[in-house]
Amino acid sequence: MRVLTGNDLKTGDVIWWTGEGWSRHVDAAADAGETAEQVLAAEEAALRVNVPYVIDAAREADGSVRPAHIKDRIRALGPTVRPDLTLKPKDPEALDWII
Amino acid sequence: MYKYDSYDQAMVDARVEEFRDQARRRLEGSLSEDEFKPLRLMNGLYLQLHAYMLRVAIPYGTLNSEQMSVLGDIADKYDRGYGHFTTRQNLQYNWIKLEDTADILADLAKVEMHAIQTSGNCIRNISSDHFAGASHDELVDPRPYAELMRQWSSFHPEFTYLPRKFKICVIASEKDRAAMRLHDIGVQIVKNETGEIGARFYAGGGMGRTPMIAPMIREFVPLDQLITYAEACLRVYNRYGRRDNKYKARIKILVHELGRDEYVRQVEEEFAHMLEQGVEPPLEEIARIKPFFADPAFEDGPKQVDRSDPDFALWVDRNTNRHKHDSYVSAVISLKPVGGIPGDATGDQMRLMAKLAKQYSFDELRIMHTQNVVLPHVKIGDLHALWTELEAAGLGSPNLDTIEDMIACPGLDYCALANARSIPLAQRISERFDASGKTEKLGELKLKISGCINACGHHHAGHIGILGVDKKGLENYQLSLGGSEAEDTSLAKITGPGFTEDGVIEAVDKVTDVYLDQREGEERFLDTYRRIGMAPFKEALYG
Repeated sequence: MRVLTGNDLKTGDVIWWTGEGWSRHVDAAADAGETAEQVLAAEEAALRVNVPYVIDAAREADGSVRPAHIKDRIRALGPTVRPDLTLKPKDPEALDWII
Repeated sequence: MYKYDSYDQAMVDARVEEFRDQARRRLEGSLSEDEFKPLRLMNGLYLQLHAYMLRVAIPYGTLNSEQMSVLGDIADKYDRGYGHFTTRQNLQYNWIKLEDTADILADLAKVEMHAIQTSGNCIRNISSDHFAGASHDELVDPRPYAELMRQWSSFHPEFTYLPRKFKICVIASEKDRAAMRLHDIGVQIVKNETGEIGARFYAGGGMGRTPMIAPMIREFVPLDQLITYAEACLRVYNRYGRRDNKYKARIKILVHELGRDEYVRQVEEEFAHMLEQGVEPPLEEIARIKPFFADPAFEDGPKQVDRSDPDFALWVDRNTNRHKHDSYVSAVISLKPVGGIPGDATGDQMRLMAKLAKQYSFDELRIMHTQNVVLPHVKIGDLHALWTELEAAGLGSPNLDTIEDMIACPGLDYCALANARSIPLAQRISERFDASGKTEKLGELKLKISGCINACGHHHAGHIGILGVDKKGLENYQLSLGGSEAEDTSLAKITGPGFTEDGVIEAVDKVTDVYLDQREGEERFLDTYRRIGMAPFKEALYG
């Protein structure tokens, strides 16, 4: 699947295109397919996202979304060296998903 | 230390309001990201993996208690409770919001700090010896000259859009604690044969993807021509530096391609011309600056510590540096606890360090390029009380210049440019060597880790260097040996094929075993490597 991501203009938070808007949770990401570039241009112009780009990802059997590259998996969850600052601070196994 | 005059303060205050307006226009949509990016970068604001990152300048690594305390307050108020001290003696916040940035800059300006020229293709924060003004072995305090260069280079209209970023270092001792020859320009304050103090210039050093050691380009520049000569160096670079290729745009490439002698010829020609133009600041300016760096009121006191507590004695042996006054030392606060993140400090730790500086070090602190903090003037008689407070706060690690005192860049955990993570390696290596007790046996061993070829972790200059690369989407690590950022500057050489994360940690262990097996007398790891060469290490790694 092709997933759109970027950083929120105001906060810098990592965000993912859901098909209708933006979410901080990668699992909410939608497959943008062939429309990805059009969506990016429109959303950047609407000042909702900063430096947006398209990545490859896979929809897992449980419905979660796993970016293909480790860099985007770290973006999706948070720094591996500060589990307390990730999106899943209480899940000790969450970091296994990145590597 | 230096105090802003009304011009300094007015410039910094005006810059805050200018940025506030620029950020407002970006948030309102009248500036595109392409238009805004160079403006935010000139104010130290990057966009990294998880958020905006703000880099705050700490001129030549010197700051006072109030400034350190405000850095801690900003960490708590606007970030997530911590900051990261960098290899250029600055501080970075990792979780900044664009909408807060002007307020942060305003808070900084109130204590004479800013983020100007901490990014962009301009002259960056001037770096210096972290023991400047304190160490027993310096000729003079280099910071008045670093300050003069800071003033000259701040908002210099001719050097705002250089071909590439430009880093200057000023030191004043034969011992190089600031990686001087790995800067675009390195300045060493020296004394000539007639006893006159002047500046020796080096140009064209740097790390990054093409590491180079700066050659000396002038043995002696009189101090009343210091800025004129620096300006001539910059002018030649600005005129001929490669603007067509950012990877070849640093001055090191120009000096290398022209050749040192031709670069020097052109600089001398420009210098002769500029001497006629009268660009040198009046001597009154350096005379105005110098008193800000006058010695504090040192007092005689105990010259020895009570060594009955072995943990304290070890910390004194490892983490203090001989001072020019025999009743004082410079004390290094390690930001490398076992298993910790090199260079990170919490808001509470910053405020504690500020308090300790006020209490024990004439209100002054320094940031080391190795990501530690120095209290430059501590009475030997106060060391035990200081150490006790540091220990209680997790800041008393006795590991200066050991393998546990490694440099590590933020790497792929934070940095948008990185290819691999650096910090987890640092954590695992410090845990492993601490647990095995090997750190003590190894003595001085400088390990430096970069998460990409840009080399913010100084891996080229590590006795042992590690470079993270992306190998088909997987993190991979190249090992290199034999680098030094000190006065015996050298560039590390790659051992051979790279390793996985687990593999490179094993590899570090193996090369240290080779050293322990082969060392003679008091040799450091680096000395043994230089004597026996790469072959025995390669044999242990790949044989």
